[in-house]
Amino acid sequence: MTGIRATLKRGFDRLERLLDTLFGSDWNPLANLGPLGWFLFWIVAGTGIYLFIFFDTGVVNAYQSVEWLSGSQWFHAGLARSLHRYASDLLVVIMLVHLVREWSFDRYRGKRWFSWFTGVPVIWFVYMSGITGYWLVWDKLAQYVALTTTELLDALPFFAEPIARNFLTPESLSGRFFTLMVFLHIAIPLLLLLMMWIHIQRIASARTRPPRGLSVLTLVALVIVSFALPAPLQGPADLSTIPARVGLDWFILGLYPVIDLVPPSVIWTGAMLITVLLSGLPWLPPRKEAEAAQVFLDFCNGCARCEDDCPYAAITMVPRSDGAPFPQEAKVDPDRCVACGICMGSCPSSTPFRRSGPLITGIDLPGRTLERVRTEVITAAADLSGPGRVMTIACEHGAAGVPAKGRVILPCVAMAPPSLFDFILSRDLADSVCIAGCAERDCFNRLGGKWTEERIARTRDPRLRNRVSRERLLTLWAGPSERGRLPEALRDFSARVAVLGPVPKKTSLAADDEGTADLGLATKDNPT
Amino acid sequence: MKERLHHLAMGGVVTLVLCFGVALLSAAPAWQSMPENMALLRLSFTHSGDRSASCRDRTPEELAKLPPNMRATQVCDRRRPPIYVELEVDGKVIYAASSPPSGLAGSGPSRLYERLLLPAGPHDLTVRMRDNPASDVFGYEATRKVDLAAGQSFVIDFRKESGFVFE
Repeated sequence: MTGIRATLKRGFDRLERLLDTLFGSDWNPLANLGPLGWFLFWIVAGTGIYLFIFFDTGVVNAYQSVEWLSGSQWFHAGLARSLHRYASDLLVVIMLVHLVREWSFDRYRGKRWFSWFTGVPVIWFVYMSGITGYWLVWDKLAQYVALTTTELLDALPFFAEPIARNFLTPESLSGRFFTLMVFLHIAIPLLLLLMMWIHIQRIASARTRPPRGLSVLTLVALVIVSFALPAPLQGPADLSTIPARVGLDWFILGLYPVIDLVPPSVIWTGAMLITVLLSGLPWLPPRKEAEAAQVFLDFCNGCARCEDDCPYAAITMVPRSDGAPFPQEAKVDPDRCVACGICMGSCPSSTPFRRSGPLITGIDLPGRTLERVRTEVITAAADLSGPGRVMTIACEHGAAGVPAKGRVILPCVAMAPPSLFDFILSRDLADSVCIAGCAERDCFNRLGGKWTEERIARTRDPRLRNRVSRERLLTLWAGPSERGRLPEALRDFSARVAVLGPVPKKTSLAADDEGTADLGLATKDNPT
Repeated sequence: MKERLHHLAMGGVVTLVLCFGVALLSAAPAWQSMPENMALLRLSFTHSGDRSASCRDRTPEELAKLPPNMRATQVCDRRRPPIYVELEVDGKVIYAASSPPSGLAGSGPSRLYERLLLPAGPHDLTVRMRDNPASDVFGYEATRKVDLAAGQSFVIDFRKESGFVFE
């Protein structure tokens, strides 16, 4: 299993690098599968509402109304129908790739189980929405879908009368049954929306909108294809015949040939097993995660930066419990904390400069404390020599996530507070720092790359101090398949830094003892 | 800006190719759900088994114990017996099975829905049903000569008042 996952992960990483060059890392569709899914859902919902204006729900009139809107009204209602169909198909593709990608990137286990688990019903709701939609057109494909679906449902011991009896003869199908299908085709997508909303509840700042450029590209491509290849109609349904040959939508109805060939009991057992297996994957086996972050109230002023930065909504601000003169304190939900350390990097108390007493910060990882990180940085510095010394602070999920001399590997680069880079340079531990994170398009811990960029650009708290020369920091965003890039990038950077020379002593000694400036009890409204 | 134009152009081409691929697979290749030159015969109906065989008369003592307004002379099992159905095509029995009653208590009617593929062309159909387990004879029987067209859907239904219906 691990081998398959590693192979898939490498495959995705390589493909995404190619797409980076074609789309740009921010528009990379593989790094925007979730937001794209939402975007396509809204296209389907919007076009569905528009189609409903023209759609007639009568048994005979349904096909006629679809034929009319696809024919003489091709330029608006026909376009809406094709968009409705192709966006649904693309949604299935996006959803399945999203599923495989998250699995291969191992972002479904441990504390991240919730999004995976709640994503499983989303799959079924997408298929049910599509199947009920095909039914409404009431052409030969709809007849095939109706008959196959009802015969499959009749294998369950829930229905008093076989539903398939509604499709025995033209006279046996009532308009009321059709009204029920219209109701289902509205109710199921609404439930799908609810499930999609639940799906993103345990992640902070969930992205539900793709970048504008990618949205435009997707919509324009769908419109062009809708005009070029309008969604076909396969002739009116006729219950006195059997549609023996149908043009199948292989995305939504791809399992129907299997239903034709395999007994219903096997289909239901298979569907149940797949659902149980998919739902249980996060625990097969569970991931052993580091201990959750811990709050130290003596060093927490309730500034809420950790709450803002946590990608998993694992931190909430609660009323102060220790009598300190601050209105609130951070509280960690251990069931949600993945121990990425981003909160530690966001805490204004996380300054490695302090020399008196043990180094404790406002929010720390018990398994990888700030004090331990400082020790690792000092140890790693011993391996560096010569001009242009580069210390690498690496993300364990990126290209630099393998041990090397002068390298400290963290669960996420955003775990490193900007004061750590200042510490490395001003204490002459290195002449420069390379911050090597995941690929730019997609951070393993969702927001680590973004927060790091903003912190060192001095647009997000805690900001990099002005005395740290930006020339001495290199940010390198590279996925695991880009290890080959590292040596050259580091060599070039080292050569540039060698020209700059060592960090001037004047700066290195200035006002860092005890790190009082960084330790200041700053709040969000009054940052240091 | 130049880079963005490149992304728009290249990304646009890739997205367009993907969408065309999706549109093509959205209606093709066609699926042959049933072999050519075949017709579909569906044998489907709802009918309650005759439970009179399980009925017996109450004894005078039993009747005396009941309140006056509940003194029905006969008592029957709540559970209905299964129905037994046979379908003969061109003199050969191709379907023969018992259908159990529906419902948790078995008090509902038996329900039948069977799909049978037949080659297109003329056929002699005979369908029989026995709904009383106490009897060996088929209470209902019907025969029909049919000429099925390829892709035709032919139905054998049943109505208690008129017996088997061929549609």
